Amino acid sequence: MKFSRDHSIPSSLITPESFYINRRSFMKKAGATLAAASAALHPALNALAARARAVEDPTTYADAISYNNFYEFSEYKEAVASMASGFVTHPWEVAVEGLVGNPRKYDVDELKKQYGAEERIYRLRCVEGWSMVIPWDGFELGRLIKDAAPKPEARYVKFTTLLDPKQMPGQRKSYYSWPYVEGLRLDEAMNSLSLLATGMYGKTLLPQNGAPLRLVVPWKYGFKSIKSIVKIELVAQQPTSLWMNTSPGEYGFYANVNPNVDHPRWSQATERRIGDLRRVRTLMFNGYEKEVAGFYKGMDLVKNF
Amino acid sequence: MSPRVRAFLLAIMHMAALSVLARALWDFQFGGLTANPIEDITRRSGHAALVLLTLSLSATPLRRITGISFFVRMRRPLGLYSFFYAAIHLYIFIGLDYGFDWDLILLEFPKKRFIIAGFLAFIILLALAATSWRRMVLLLGGAWKKIHYSVYPASLLAAAHFVWLTKGDKTRPLIYGGVIALLLAARLVKASKPVGG
Repeated sequence: MKFSRDHSIPSSLITPESFYINRRSFMKKAGATLAAASAALHPALNALAARARAVEDPTTYADAISYNNFYEFSEYKEAVASMASGFVTHPWEVAVEGLVGNPRKYDVDELKKQYGAEERIYRLRCVEGWSMVIPWDGFELGRLIKDAAPKPEARYVKFTTLLDPKQMPGQRKSYYSWPYVEGLRLDEAMNSLSLLATGMYGKTLLPQNGAPLRLVVPWKYGFKSIKSIVKIELVAQQPTSLWMNTSPGEYGFYANVNPNVDHPRWSQATERRIGDLRRVRTLMFNGYEKEVAGFYKGMDLVKNF
Repeated sequence: MSPRVRAFLLAIMHMAALSVLARALWDFQFGGLTANPIEDITRRSGHAALVLLTLSLSATPLRRITGISFFVRMRRPLGLYSFFYAAIHLYIFIGLDYGFDWDLILLEFPKKRFIIAGFLAFIILLALAATSWRRMVLLLGGAWKKIHYSVYPASLLAAAHFVWLTKGDKTRPLIYGGVIALLLAARLVKASKPVGG
């Protein structure tokens, strides 16, 4: 094969030698600087997570009480703890009502006495792409619901957070439809994973973590695990949560952790364990597939996100 | 404006621009970052890039309003600082957050409009930074001005990036976007009276 010399590049298009030599040495220098900076930065950042913990080890208590999504107090996760520090959680009444044979109001101490507390170590996956592992203390939601004797027409459980703009400055913002509401299908609620937590790490819950009583549903994104509950209602219709109200295209009723269904903002394929810098793959139903996959058989999980 | 005032203003500008980096290093050293340090420094660097870009955009309208041409001297350094933080921001995202896992990054990239907007804004800032030297101004002649008008779409893309990545209440990013829109609109209004330099 012959190549015609006529198609040679005109000399005007060729970068002068001095230029590219300069550029090369510049790129080389820049590259070396960047590599050196990275090399210096990575171990330094990794030193931050020097505890070298296994992925499934519990998050440190210090991190779990200082990095919280609780918009009633602040939209800044690192500010919630201080904003919530004076929150009065005692006395605290929780109403169990709606389509039940035994509507009842409990004082939270009564609840603790009646149902006790067992430790459950659960993964907590936030929709924002970070996660924690938390040893909760609490009791199964199903026991409380059973004692309330749901009527046959009850199909959903609706949870409501305290509405108190004086104590919860975030509720003075009218952008959100306060109070915070969340819901579960009755069968989801009766599942033995569903926990009502009154403590964590062997200590009483702090306000920033949802004191004195919060839901923990570990196979769903964190926002489903409603905090500082004052009302648990059995209802016939699917409740509309605060986040469904706020952006229906982003937050659905089910909100099951699902690495295959993306959120417009955050990666749902991976997550970062707090205290660790690497990303790890997110597990289907946050790793609780065995326990909960049966609830969603035949459902289109892309539609029912 | 006296040379001493000018030197003072320039010093303030450099210190303010570098203070974000200094503060982040300080917080890194003494545990002032949040429990999610990568998210924290991502947010800080992105915020700094956007604010500095907005300040850079305000130089020209400021000159027109005050008649003090010195403000335009701050336009380029502010723009370069913005690029500096945008580059750190992108490096944190690709290198620290995603650990240069290109498969994963490419998986996310086309699906997230905020990433696309932010990336395009960065590409423009990169082109502007690369052509920001005095020599380039001479070399490119009239084209230089045209190239540098692309700071307008870059700033709008950066604002869109912030709006789109914000969860829930978007008041704050919309205020930033509004300020940028206002600064761009100010350029459309022709000066009714010639102003002195």
